Amino acid sequence: MHRIWLCAVALAMALPAAQAQESLPQMREELKKLQQRIEELEGRVKDAESTATQAAAQASSRPQAESALNPGVSVILNGVYANLSRDPKTYRLNGFVPTMQDVAPPTRGFSLGESEVAFMANIDHMFRGTLIGSISPDNDTIGVEEGYIQTIGLSHGFTIKAGRFFSAIGYQNQIHAHAWDFTDAPLAMRVFLGGQLNEDGIQFRWVAPTSLYWDMGTEVGRGRAFPASLSDSGKNGARSLNFFTHVGGDIGESIAWQTGLSHFRTNPSDRRFDTTDGLGNAITDSFSGTSRLWVASGILKWSPNGNPTYNNLKLQGEYFRRKEEGSLVFDSAGAALASGLSSRQSGWYAQGVYQFMPLWRAGYRYDRLDSGTVKIDTATSGLTAAAFPILAGYKPHKHSVMVDWSPSEFSRIRLQYARDYSRMGEPDNQVFLQYIVSLGAHGAHTF
Amino acid sequence: MKTALKVLLGSIAAALAWPAAALNVFTCEPEWAALAQELGGDKVSVFSATTAQQDPHRLEAKPSLIARIRNAELLICSGSELEIGWLPLLFTQGGNDAIQPGSPGYVEASQYVVKLEVPKVIDRALGDIHPAGNPHIHLDPRNIAKVGEVITARLSDIDAPNAAYYRSRADEFNKRWDQAMQKWRQEAQPLKGMPIVVYHKDMSYFINWASMREAGSLEPKPGIPPTPTHLAELVERMKRSPAKAVVYSPYNNPGAAQFLSQRANIPIVPLPFTVGGSPKAKDLFGLFDDTIERLLAVNK
Repeated sequence: MHRIWLCAVALAMALPAAQAQESLPQMREELKKLQQRIEELEGRVKDAESTATQAAAQASSRPQAESALNPGVSVILNGVYANLSRDPKTYRLNGFVPTMQDVAPPTRGFSLGESEVAFMANIDHMFRGTLIGSISPDNDTIGVEEGYIQTIGLSHGFTIKAGRFFSAIGYQNQIHAHAWDFTDAPLAMRVFLGGQLNEDGIQFRWVAPTSLYWDMGTEVGRGRAFPASLSDSGKNGARSLNFFTHVGGDIGESIAWQTGLSHFRTNPSDRRFDTTDGLGNAITDSFSGTSRLWVASGILKWSPNGNPTYNNLKLQGEYFRRKEEGSLVFDSAGAALASGLSSRQSGWYAQGVYQFMPLWRAGYRYDRLDSGTVKIDTATSGLTAAAFPILAGYKPHKHSVMVDWSPSEFSRIRLQYARDYSRMGEPDNQVFLQYIVSLGAHGAHTF
Repeated sequence: MKTALKVLLGSIAAALAWPAAALNVFTCEPEWAALAQELGGDKVSVFSATTAQQDPHRLEAKPSLIARIRNAELLICSGSELEIGWLPLLFTQGGNDAIQPGSPGYVEASQYVVKLEVPKVIDRALGDIHPAGNPHIHLDPRNIAKVGEVITARLSDIDAPNAAYYRSRADEFNKRWDQAMQKWRQEAQPLKGMPIVVYHKDMSYFINWASMREAGSLEPKPGIPPTPTHLAELVERMKRSPAKAVVYSPYNNPGAAQFLSQRANIPIVPLPFTVGGSPKAKDLFGLFDDTIERLLAVNK
């Protein structure tokens, strides 16, 4: 600053003398030069000042309190108004063994959906930890949806995850419900995975060193949920196994894609389900044997120049195929008559969601299941297939359309209409109005 | 038969293996890719996760990015939550310890400069604000020089045998950059005090460097797309005290800028924003040349 003043003073002192000697244009030239010099100096001063403030800023921005090491916290709130033409208490998927997990639509009228609380942070240079609790509003229970540690300190493409986590089976199973494009799970996930499968176990995953994305991995688990036994069988070792691989990449700048294949194996013993017999009496049947599930998935996302802000399209589909063999016990608590069971069943869904203008998206999903071949060998039990009305051949299907509005990255309001043919001969018209919001730490979502 | 097999195996190996010779640099934004290329020369192989046409805040953790980050040896991103929607997933999914936060292979560029617009109040009702300040730091040429020094240090650290090479490239770059900065300082003199309307708050560092004035933004709040009511307000404001230009970046839709431009009779100026954002912005030098040139053209 001093130098600027000096220049100005020098200029003022030089002025009268200059007037006498020099002509006006020359003086103007001089003035201009001096002005330029001053401006240049001002620029330098500014640069120097910014360096000084930087040093100060960095010195003071160091966190002081121990709370600075608190994990990231985020909360998901979600509420639904459901208008259903059929009572959700009577919900069933005809043609398939009930999963005994809550796969029915939400209750009629207003309801608070599951609220989620997530904590996550790097533990040290080796591990990252995540805990996601879900608070169920009606039975006042807190469940652990996911709670796992995962490595960040391994190299060569390896990661290991341990704890409870959503299994890498298919595509949508790994995604939290609040990030789904429709209010409810596809029928295929409900019937083959009991809604959404989270296992207690370990996941090993390796990403190949290729320019095309290619990963493969395996999960060994306790088999805590459908399609494994729901009750604790008391055995050591792995009771569920999952193998998966994904391949993905880009096509130009506008398209990103990923395909996946997974194979889930478990041997359920005494997997019970509540149902009715041929006369309509409520009974509990049970299945023991082998269950093998294959899932193929594909996702394609398009946006102009790869910029999804204004328009984007997401296509997604999964195909499930399951083979179960073993014995089916009729009325396990009473008569306990065992028959042989062999089933080959499949299902798929395909959906497309288009963002037609900023903040607004519309989508359509088609679901279809095929009860396939179900062979019940009643030679030993003396029963007939009529004793298992739920397993009578049927192809449940469903149409869903939705439109949603997201005023920011942190909130979404969705209206969905579906015509659901899950129950044989009883189509259900479903209207959902839903809000989903996230508070706290900015979430990151998988592709 | 044997040679055919060898060729086949060789080509498979070539397809699978990453070129091991050059140091793999993963950058989140094109400006850091350009800077890493300037400083690393032919000793580095640089990849940018985004192009100038993509909003670095709205990207997704695409499979292609996981494949890239898995092999990265140095990562350079703006940081300050700009990439928070996708970068954390790449860290956990890539299986690569070399570029995790805190390791020598991790450079969060915004940590090394003075940040503007650090919010005093952190409330999402104010829009998608970044608690650590405005992350779009690269449009102040002084920041490029600062981050360049950090990159040079890290390159020398990771690839020690070539440290002398990186140092000489850095010295040469700094010389050219200093000269360019002096030139831009001269050229940008007339921009002093020039009021402009921005689309998003991504021009703040340039505005600050050139001592311009932000007369408004098309987004009502950071990250919230322009609304008709907000645009109408802006038109009114521009009638009272008109700005000299309404500017937008390649990843912004020009619609709202055109609307304001027509209603308020203000020239519309598409700015390159980053390397690759305009035909002239081929490198960092071109980026500043073109930005200043375009603004001077409407500053009458």
